[in-house]
Amino acid sequence: MKLVAILLDGLNYSAWLFLVAVGLTLIYGVMRILNIAHGAFYAIGAYVCASALGLYYSAGLPEAGAFLMMGLSALVAGFVVGLLIERVVLRKLYGQDEVIMVLVTYALFLILSDAVKLTWGVESYYVFQPYAYFGYIEFGNLPYQVYDLLVVGLAIVAGIGLWYWLNRTRTGILMTAVVADREVAAAMGVNVTRIFALTFAIGTVLAAVAGAATAPKIAVTPGIGVEVIILAFAVVVIGGLGSIPGAVVGAIFAGYARAICVHVAPQFELFAIYAVMAVVLAIRPHGLFARAEGRKI
Amino acid sequence: MMPTLDFRRDHLFVAVLALLVIVGFFLPSWMRFLIQTAMASGLVALGVMLQMRAGLVSFGQGLFFCIGGYAVGLLAAKAGITDVALLLPAAALAALVIGLVLGLLLSRYREIFYAMLTLAVSMILYGLLVKAASLGSTDGFNIPAVSYFGFVPDQAARPDWSYALTGVVVLAGCLGALAYLRSGAGAMLDAVRENEIRLSYLGTSPRVLVFVVYAVAAVLSGLGGGLWAISSGHVDPEMTYWTTSGQFVFVALLAGRGSVVAPVMAYFLLELLRTYALDIAPNAWQLILGSAMLAVIVLLPRGLWSLVARART
Amino acid sequence: MTLKTVLAGTASLCLIAGAVQAQDQEPITLGIPVFLSGAASGPFGLPQRNAAEVIIAELNAGNLPAPYDTKGINGRMVEANYVDEAADAVQEYRNMAEREGVDAVVGYTSSGNCKAVAPLAEELQQLTVLVDCGTPQIFESVVTDPTYLFRTGPTGTIDSVGAARYLVDTGVDMSEVAGINQNYAWGQDAWADFTGSLIALDTGSDIATEQFPQVFAGQYGAEISALLTSGAKAIHTSFWGGDLEAFILQAAPRGLFARSAVVMTTGEAAMQRLPNEIPEGAIIGARGPYSYFAPESELATWFRDAYEKAHGQPPSYPAWKMAQALLGLKSAWEKAGSDDPAAIAKAFENLEYETPAGTVRMAIGNGHQAVQGIAYGTYKQDADGNPGVENVIAYAAECVNPPNDTTAAAWIEAGFPGASCN
Repeated sequence: MKLVAILLDGLNYSAWLFLVAVGLTLIYGVMRILNIAHGAFYAIGAYVCASALGLYYSAGLPEAGAFLMMGLSALVAGFVVGLLIERVVLRKLYGQDEVIMVLVTYALFLILSDAVKLTWGVESYYVFQPYAYFGYIEFGNLPYQVYDLLVVGLAIVAGIGLWYWLNRTRTGILMTAVVADREVAAAMGVNVTRIFALTFAIGTVLAAVAGAATAPKIAVTPGIGVEVIILAFAVVVIGGLGSIPGAVVGAIFAGYARAICVHVAPQFELFAIYAVMAVVLAIRPHGLFARAEGRKI
Repeated sequence: MMPTLDFRRDHLFVAVLALLVIVGFFLPSWMRFLIQTAMASGLVALGVMLQMRAGLVSFGQGLFFCIGGYAVGLLAAKAGITDVALLLPAAALAALVIGLVLGLLLSRYREIFYAMLTLAVSMILYGLLVKAASLGSTDGFNIPAVSYFGFVPDQAARPDWSYALTGVVVLAGCLGALAYLRSGAGAMLDAVRENEIRLSYLGTSPRVLVFVVYAVAAVLSGLGGGLWAISSGHVDPEMTYWTTSGQFVFVALLAGRGSVVAPVMAYFLLELLRTYALDIAPNAWQLILGSAMLAVIVLLPRGLWSLVARART
Repeated sequence: MTLKTVLAGTASLCLIAGAVQAQDQEPITLGIPVFLSGAASGPFGLPQRNAAEVIIAELNAGNLPAPYDTKGINGRMVEANYVDEAADAVQEYRNMAEREGVDAVVGYTSSGNCKAVAPLAEELQQLTVLVDCGTPQIFESVVTDPTYLFRTGPTGTIDSVGAARYLVDTGVDMSEVAGINQNYAWGQDAWADFTGSLIALDTGSDIATEQFPQVFAGQYGAEISALLTSGAKAIHTSFWGGDLEAFILQAAPRGLFARSAVVMTTGEAAMQRLPNEIPEGAIIGARGPYSYFAPESELATWFRDAYEKAHGQPPSYPAWKMAQALLGLKSAWEKAGSDDPAAIAKAFENLEYETPAGTVRMAIGNGHQAVQGIAYGTYKQDADGNPGVENVIAYAAECVNPPNDTTAAAWIEAGFPGASCN
């Protein structure tokens, strides 16, 4: 029974971690920006979803449509916020040191946190209806929410969709070209500015989707974005910064590390992820899936 | 314009800082306390700045800040050793030992991986302290009043003494950092940042240079943590939380790499801004802080010190 | 200038003078540190600030029922200066005391902050009333000889002792017990006190599993699976705020509440927010005799009505604690009859005063720490869907608090010596 629980819990948590982390790794991979504001985008996704669904339910519309509304709200929120921030702040700062960009996003994180607070107040928002909508199924005597299993599906869809887009569509391939060599890509006529804007917006949307998908399970409240950042960082670093397959593996490592701890040794739950991160980095200094980079001469 | 390599005239700025510290002594006590904690934390930011000269960003400098603080705290509160003559060396020593051990591992890493691994290590300490119920877990514990080389000031004079102690140690720390930057090992940090391979060709090991700067930064940060603990009379695991470390990085970047006194002064400015933002807009102080930081990055990409440096040239 | 304007001018001057006469003294300024940002701002900061606003406005207007029907405090108006507790507590405390020169500091929710500022209150001789914070260490080990420092909120000890007693007294099967508490001082202390109380009450319980998720983790799927499969008959949690609500939202649909008796020591704060999501029969506490557990009194009714009128919803327990702190300060100040902090502090020691939540006695910590009883009950909605509690058992202060000369931990360890429970 414990084994089933570990398998399910690990899967569920890994899926959530992947959703939370994949946007971060995409943005880093293409733009070389380690985006601390990712946590704020997650929070914005959760808040917008909670507000939109609140309106939706109070209008008395059919409950099943709420899921469409969730997706839509996350898409719109992510795109609008992402494009706006890219345009107003980041575009002026491209070419700066990586570390400076980390600080820029940290400043953005502070600003956005307060902006969220001033917009939505400090009181919690709730949209628990979708979480209970599909009920649960039992594995032995362990009831499991169908919604949680759907989140696993969502993570898989997001992962495959992203892979398809990066490898099979024109824009995606152009994006990979920019990753490989920004200057050559620009010289060949790729509109790097547009690619950057698009990447940032998609990364933001992914964060917002993660937030929206989580909103029904939690009280949407100030501070939810802070916890997410450090988890997403750990996942991405384990897998290798900028690598999408790395994010998958990192999420699975971290997710199962936590699930095993909870069931076997709850005392160590707090370090599980950091310990995995430290061990992986000690063995493979650039993460599991990082490309080897030439040393500068 | 690259940040200066020439620290020959930096003594002048340390002297200016010394003067400001003396002026600070006569300010209202809340402001003096703010200067005091800013100086202690500024020492940690100085440690971050030294590593930045080698192109390395430690996102886990809170580790040594915390080790220094807890070393002082444990000795004073649990072992009954309350004299600064023992406490501060203990803080520096604890940080040095841990720094030497971790330095062996960390000197292999560069760029964002250095940042992430330092972060991971500091968060593991956080996790350990949170689990340590006997040390008050997240609540931390309080530190009794300390004595100064055997002298125990009475309650009213305590703040004066701890301020003076902080000022003296921080100034000594700045001078120490300056001596280090002017030494061969310090001057070559810029070469590590610029081009490691050439450095190896010239017969110098970049790994040893990184190891040394990591250890020097650890000692400065441990001292800073010890002073901070004595000043605030309280330590908790928040000292090694990533947001604390992030703040040190921020200050070091805002300050720029041009002078050893810049991080200390920048820390004070940040604290001043924070406390007034809190006073004026308790609901939006993070917004003000974030905007100010963004403004500095956009307008002064080489840090606040570039204002001073520009005035000099 | 015509005679008329001169007359009008004189008249208005007189009016101003009259107004000045009514409040001829400088107002009392209070520094009120509460959480204005972060995860604690919604569940704690907001109701505390709301309560402070209501109490201060109504005090200044003289609208409270007896014994608080005199205006202001000691005839002086009261002004509040709100500070974000999420910032550096020590620095901001100094700013309040030394820069703003407030007459008293009334606030603090986090135990860490309480511990950090406690010695400062004595060092700066600043009258300070701690509103909440769970840790019993404040007067046990941090400040053992207090003069200016008071805490009007009972310690977290009563939550755990009361919860254990309630489970035993209602005949819950205690053979297998589990806990889920946040992995920080508050959660660790609550669980240690709870398991200690089980031993003291000789329940012979086995610990099925003890979960310590990170604070503000938000995702409790794995922990809930562990609780569901542990076979625990009773589950203890001291989760608060968003974590508690997330736990309820994630555990209730999976039937955890149907499988085990779940006691939520801060459950009251979630009742107004999630009235339909908390399963009926869940065991609820309010960290003292607050809110639904408050004994009927004119003051309680007045407070509920005034708060609801001002803020649109009934006060949750942190609001009651804030009200209790401010009324304690008023009582002490007026008993002293002077504005001298030392005299007020003297009058505050061992004070007994009325609050919306019944009588509070500053009985332990050398007369600086309040004791109050605690009550638990099971959750129930009435016919209109309004949240409420039933099967309430109230425990007297002497039943759940250690005596003055014993620390909470030692008292639990020794099996509650000297406890008197009706």
